[in-house]
Order: sequence, then C-alpha cells, then structure tokens
Amino acid sequence: MSWLTKFLTSSIGRKLIMSLTGLFLVLFLIVHLAGNLQLLINDQGATFNAYAYTMTHNPLIKFIAYGNYFFILLHAVQGILLAIKNRQAKGSKYAVSTNKTASWASKNMALLGILIFAFLCIHMGDFWFKMKFTDIPMVAVEGLDYKVANLYSKVEASFAQWWIVLIYLIGLLALAYHLQHGFQSAFQTLGLNHKKYTPLIHSLGRIFSIVLPLGYAIIPILYLGNSMGWWTWFG
Amino acid sequence: MKLTLKVWRQDNTQDKGRFETHQVVANEHMSFLEMMDVLNESLIAEKKVPVAFEHDCREGICGTCNMVINGRPHGPQKGTTVCQLHMRAFKDGDTIVIEPWRATAFPVIKDLVVDRSAFDRIIEAGGYISVNTGQAQDANAIPIEKDLSSQAFDAATCIGCGACVAACPNGSAMLFTSAKVAHLGLLPQGKVESSKRVQSMVSQMDEEGFGLCSNTGACEAECPKEISIVNIAMLNREYMSSVLGSKVTV
Repeated sequence: MSWLTKFLTSSIGRKLIMSLTGLFLVLFLIVHLAGNLQLLINDQGATFNAYAYTMTHNPLIKFIAYGNYFFILLHAVQGILLAIKNRQAKGSKYAVSTNKTASWASKNMALLGILIFAFLCIHMGDFWFKMKFTDIPMVAVEGLDYKVANLYSKVEASFAQWWIVLIYLIGLLALAYHLQHGFQSAFQTLGLNHKKYTPLIHSLGRIFSIVLPLGYAIIPILYLGNSMGWWTWFG
Repeated sequence: MKLTLKVWRQDNTQDKGRFETHQVVANEHMSFLEMMDVLNESLIAEKKVPVAFEHDCREGICGTCNMVINGRPHGPQKGTTVCQLHMRAFKDGDTIVIEPWRATAFPVIKDLVVDRSAFDRIIEAGGYISVNTGQAQDANAIPIEKDLSSQAFDAATCIGCGACVAACPNGSAMLFTSAKVAHLGLLPQGKVESSKRVQSMVSQMDEEGFGLCSNTGACEAECPKEISIVNIAMLNREYMSSVLGSKVTV
C-alpha cells in the first residue's frame, strides 16, 4: 500500500476528508445563501433570474459546481461508511446510558446528515433538475440583451405550498444541528485546537449554525406568507 | 445502606451474558471495590461463583478497576477511578447497574473483566523512548520549558484504563493514543522518534479495530485523569505532519 493510500484510509486521514469537505460545504452554504437572498429584492425576480443565468452559464462556476457535487457525495458516502465502522467498533450498547457527556448533535451526525441529504435530493429535484432538464419559460431582464429562464416563478410556485416549506424547515433544522457540531469538529480534526483561537472557532460555529439556516429559512417563509396573504395583516 | 446491584455476568468471551440482581448491605465509608468485595464474600459463602472484576493498586493509579456504573465509566464522580469512588456517592436503597467496558476491541473475558491488550500493542508499536544502556544522565542536563513539561505531565497522567474507549460512542482509542504521543513527543528525549512513533501507533490503533474519533468529547468528560481532547488535536497535527512532511513511512 502506498503511503498516500494508507494515509487516506487511516482513521485520521478519513476524518481529514470529512473535515475538509465539510468546511468546503460551509463556504458553499455562505455563497449559496448570499445568492438566494436576492430573492428578497422586490423586482419580480429580475436580479435573481439574471444571477441564476450567470451561475448556470459561467464555465468557472460550472466547474466549481461539479466540484461541489463531488464533495457533497464524498462527504455523504464517507460519513455513512464511518458511521457503520464506528457502530461496529462500539459493538454492544450499555444497558444504562447517560447523555450528559456529549452533545446530542455530536452523537447523531450521521442521522442529521441523512436528513440533510434527503432534503438536498428534494431541493435539487425541485429546482436544479427543472432548470436543467425541463423547459422553463424565458423572460427578458432589463439591461441584458438575452432572455433568461424564469426560475423566480418556479420558486414562487414551490414556496406557495405549505408542505414544501415544511420540508425546507426540517432540512434547515437538521443543518443547524449538523453545523453546531460539525464546524468546530472540523477544526479539531485538522489539529487546530488552541486556547487562544478555539473559543473563537466555537463561537463562529454557533453563529454559523444559527445564522445560515435562519437566513435560508426566511426565504420560503416570506414567500409562503406572500401567497397566503399573511403580511397584509401588518398593513 | 442497602443497595440493589444489577451486575453483568458473562462466563467467557463467547457467552452472550446477562444481568444478575443481588442485594448488598454496605456502609458509606467503603470504596466501591470494597462494596464489591462484600458482594463476593456473600456469594462465596453461598457457594456461588464470585463476580470477576479487575483491581490492583486501589489508589487510583493502576487503571485496572474498570466498570461502567449506572452508564458512566468509573461511576458518577468526575476525575475518579472506581477504587477511589466511595459509597457516599450513592444513597440508601439505590439500584446500581454495573457493566463492563463495551467496545469491540475490548472483548469481555469474564463478567466485568475485559481484554485491554490492544492498548499494550499500541504502546509496543511506539509508545516508548529508545535508550542506550548505561548511566542515566543528569535530569537537569536538558532544559525543558515549564509549560511544555506541564503539558507533557498532564498527558503522562494517563493510566491506560480505557475509560475513553468505554465512554466513546464510536469505541475510539484516540484519547489514549494521543495522550501517549503528546507525553512522549513534547519532551526532548521523545521528540527524536516522534515522526515514526505517531505513524506506528496510529496504524496499530486502526488495526486493533477501534472506531474513529468524531470529537464528541465524551472521553475527556469520563477520563479519571481528566486528560483533554487538546491532545487529540495534537495527535492529528503530529500524524499529518509526519505523513506529509517527513520521510518516514510506516
């Protein structure tokens, strides 16, 4: 076995893959949220549609997107394999177990990951698949000399259904808990534990685990509220 | 004080094992092991097989008195081995559930005794300093920064009991291995072999079938010597720099 194979299949090497792919996916979450928040601009989706067009047509972004899909799959597959391996290593369970010594999220990363992955499949099927493989009506956007797909109307239609919004909220809740443990855990795996920086990393992890899912959650909630006419109550 | 004990009984590694319930009258000044001795005295008097459990020094430094008491390795008291746990930590009428360490790499030999030789093999793989025979040199000949020596000493307090593995939901031995790597690698005498040591010990640890660390922190919470997972981060760092940055391949 070459040194590299041995490294990547060693316990620490496998965790390193989880850590690095996980941190990459956190970066993706930030960029994706920044893009999606354009859905909150009140211009009938013009900005968002133009943005979606760029994201699906710029070769560099397409290249990064394929890398992103690969990292999601790598993180998911490796995560499941590790969970199975760890279950085997634990063997039998204790008759009495106390849950005080480790956080719930830290012990249920695989379960949370599966929920997030299931959500991703639904999410991709709803938007990405339709954008790629079905005909979405084209619209003209002021300032562009070409027409772009009206993904905005798809978003509006999806988020008018309460059960789709509910699925999103469940997915985001799972993401919140996954990040709560995952973010700081990734740094520990990288060997970055230092009494000067670790408190900062922990705080940043806590902020990310609340702000990112909350930022994403605002979008479907606002759209559902719009279609239900909730916001008119506030005048 | 009257206690109800639910003790794990298992005849051998292959046996499936079961809980057995016993009543014991103890007093609060007894250590937990003395209470177990009382139980065994009464079992012997009844011509029954006593409960097998390991014990040696009974002063908290040998790491053999291993039991999971009410779901916690070494019982409810923080930073304490079972022998240093006293019955005053319990109340009259309590039911106490006693189980062996559970991890695939630590098979049960009998009742509460598990085979921890996997730890010995990890140590054999590199948890030592090669010393040429001859007179030991003067201790003050090599200056060591106080912070470093304290950090190494904290790691060196590991008694190899295996509570970290027992507490870990993944049955991982990272806290143990990291404590040894940190203890030896931080000091100038051990630094010389640190690149080879870390690779050999991690490789042996993986071979023994321990799980992978998912940074739950359960190990440091249950460690009777309160060894920190800062050592695990150090192990990760040392391992990566040894594999990627040195010429050593194990």
